[in-house]
Amino acid sequence: MEERNLKYPIGPRHEINVPSDFSFVPRAKDEVRVPIGPQHPALKEPESFSVALRGERIMGVDVKIGYNHRGIEKACEQRSYIQDLYLVERICGICSHTHATCFAQGVEELAGLAVPKRALYIRSLVGELERIHSHLLWLGVAGHEIGFDTLLMYSWRDRELVMDALALLSGNRVNYGINQIGGVRRDVTKEQATEILKAVDKLEEQTKYYIQIAMEETTLIQRLSGVGKLSHDDAVRLGAIGPTGRASGVDRDVRRDDPYAAYGELAFKVVTDGHNDVYGRTIVRLGELLESYALIRQIIKNLPDGPLAVRAPRKIPAGEALSRYEAPRGEDIHYIKSNGGEKPERVKVRAPTLANIQSVAKMLEDRYLADLPIVVAAIDPCFSCTDRTIAVAGRGAMNWEELRRYGIEWYRGQGIDFSRLSSKLGRGA
Amino acid sequence: MPYALFTILVFPGFLFLSAVSLFAEFFDRRIYARLQNRKGPPWFQPLADFIKLAAKEDIVPREADLAMFNLAPIFALTAVVTAFFYIPLWGTRALCSFQGDLIVVLYLLTIPTLTFFLGGWYSRSLFSALGAVRSITQLFAYEIPLFISLLAPALLADTWSLSGIAAYYQAHPFYWLFNLVGFGVALVALLGKLERVPFDIPEAETEIVAGSFTEYGGKMLAYFRLAIDSEAVVGASLLAAVYLPFGLGLNPLLGFVLYLIKVFFIIGLIALLRTVFARLRIDQMIVFCWQYVAPIAFLQILFNLVLKGFVLG
Repeated sequence: MEERNLKYPIGPRHEINVPSDFSFVPRAKDEVRVPIGPQHPALKEPESFSVALRGERIMGVDVKIGYNHRGIEKACEQRSYIQDLYLVERICGICSHTHATCFAQGVEELAGLAVPKRALYIRSLVGELERIHSHLLWLGVAGHEIGFDTLLMYSWRDRELVMDALALLSGNRVNYGINQIGGVRRDVTKEQATEILKAVDKLEEQTKYYIQIAMEETTLIQRLSGVGKLSHDDAVRLGAIGPTGRASGVDRDVRRDDPYAAYGELAFKVVTDGHNDVYGRTIVRLGELLESYALIRQIIKNLPDGPLAVRAPRKIPAGEALSRYEAPRGEDIHYIKSNGGEKPERVKVRAPTLANIQSVAKMLEDRYLADLPIVVAAIDPCFSCTDRTIAVAGRGAMNWEELRRYGIEWYRGQGIDFSRLSSKLGRGA
Repeated sequence: MPYALFTILVFPGFLFLSAVSLFAEFFDRRIYARLQNRKGPPWFQPLADFIKLAAKEDIVPREADLAMFNLAPIFALTAVVTAFFYIPLWGTRALCSFQGDLIVVLYLLTIPTLTFFLGGWYSRSLFSALGAVRSITQLFAYEIPLFISLLAPALLADTWSLSGIAAYYQAHPFYWLFNLVGFGVALVALLGKLERVPFDIPEAETEIVAGSFTEYGGKMLAYFRLAIDSEAVVGASLLAAVYLPFGLGLNPLLGFVLYLIKVFFIIGLIALLRTVFARLRIDQMIVFCWQYVAPIAFLQILFNLVLKGFVLG
């Protein structure tokens, strides 16, 4: 379904900041253009930065994303709600539970389902475990970007504890498949709860050690503080969210501001910091780890009895829903529109990185090339999650038909003709 | 003549140095891994890497200057091996020695960094050029403190020959304890020379891929890596000869063992240092070297001058 035919348009598309003249050709005489990406050791996913350098100093950065577009939103429209739940879980390899929960919440709102309390608590439990594994992963990546591989090895070793806890709970390390529309699929047994608490105790001890390192280790502080400055006003203006925003004093957290799952009944503190730089983002994430440990203890202590799920109808009543979820990286938004059938009419995902990537160019102003990897890493980017809309450089936004035609022509230009292939396949069948 | 060739090519020359270097790389990587709670490679890994690289196809970028590109690694290796002949290993006498060989060794040990620059620059690739420029920028930061700190023990011994220094400290046991501050400075400078964390700025993987070595592969990369490994051993031997000159009068076998212990102690220290630090930025590195390391090296010189002029003299 094209967006322009919607009864209630979603508003302007997110225009990704792709300059139409994106290139690696130097624009000034004394400028060197360094291509960081699409393939570069600092990057975990393909994206492209064209960095203008004068000496070691960054004069400007052009960002190009869109290498990883997988067409998940469109695919969702062609599948049933239940299938979609598993599809959206695969949007991100780190915050898989985030997307699944966010989607399930939206559908439940449309169907008017009252999700049992125990299910809500289990959702929060898995969500917090996921936050822990995401933040520990981030800590390791950050260490690697500044050449502190020991931190990477240590934090990823400890991350195994939480990965094991998640595997114990769900059978999987990454895609937990714990959600279903109307509740959760798996219960938490007493033994599992004890194991999780044990892991949390150990992790808390280790996290305190990392906080001590962050406070004392000179080279670490030198590489992080003052780097990637984003003032409070800029953070608000550029819409920075999650730990990136909170490190600039933007006191926003969906868990508190618009409680979902069990968060309304749990006591926790939203960690903010006034450093406005990469160091602050580190402090915020480490602080959030401690909050998550406290949350998990609360959840396990207060886990209510009761059923795990309510029965969900196959056809979801017509309507629209907007679901919010505080992912480890920031606010994740799912928009779901139903026309009363088995399949959604439109699913729109706004992953947190799309909100944060806008501020990267600002953070890199007047910095050194050596700061680029850590500044980009400090927003904890997930580019494949962000590549939800597509804008072809120089062509602006396209609708479905135009995009399809563009794709066919582009492949034809490369000597690949899918129309001939599909007619061949059609004959074969 | 055959004996001279044997000493140059086999023992304690090129082959011996290569064997110790490959083992030193293993030692460094194993310590680094154990400190990071990892298992680390098996003992033959550096040798296996060398053989694998040597067996690979040589690819030279079309834009690159063929002669410079291929000569740089050979020059690096040659300079390092040559420097090795002037350093007394066990005992007080090096293979070759003359008044002023300390300066020659320091000069020869600068050549690898220069070849990193030339090899990177003539690769004509962006990341190589950035790495090359960083190598040479860094050279100016650590080289002066290294020179100054190595001159202090020489001042005390009143000779510019490494063998002479060894003989002096052999005759005056425990005088080497006066130079411990210089040892610290030289160790920091050696980290810069070997481009190890926190001074691995010229080959910072997450910024400029592999710096000077980005375009290198196959045999040439193997030679470069062997040169870097050898540089570590030669640098450690130099530090051991100048700063840890004790037990030089032992019988050759015990002396040999003691020499290896000293070298691997220094390599272990380097591994430890690169475990506990993050990589500095090039500007921070230069400020650090000039603001802290160089003045401390000068202090050592001053201390030795006063010591020599008033206390011992």
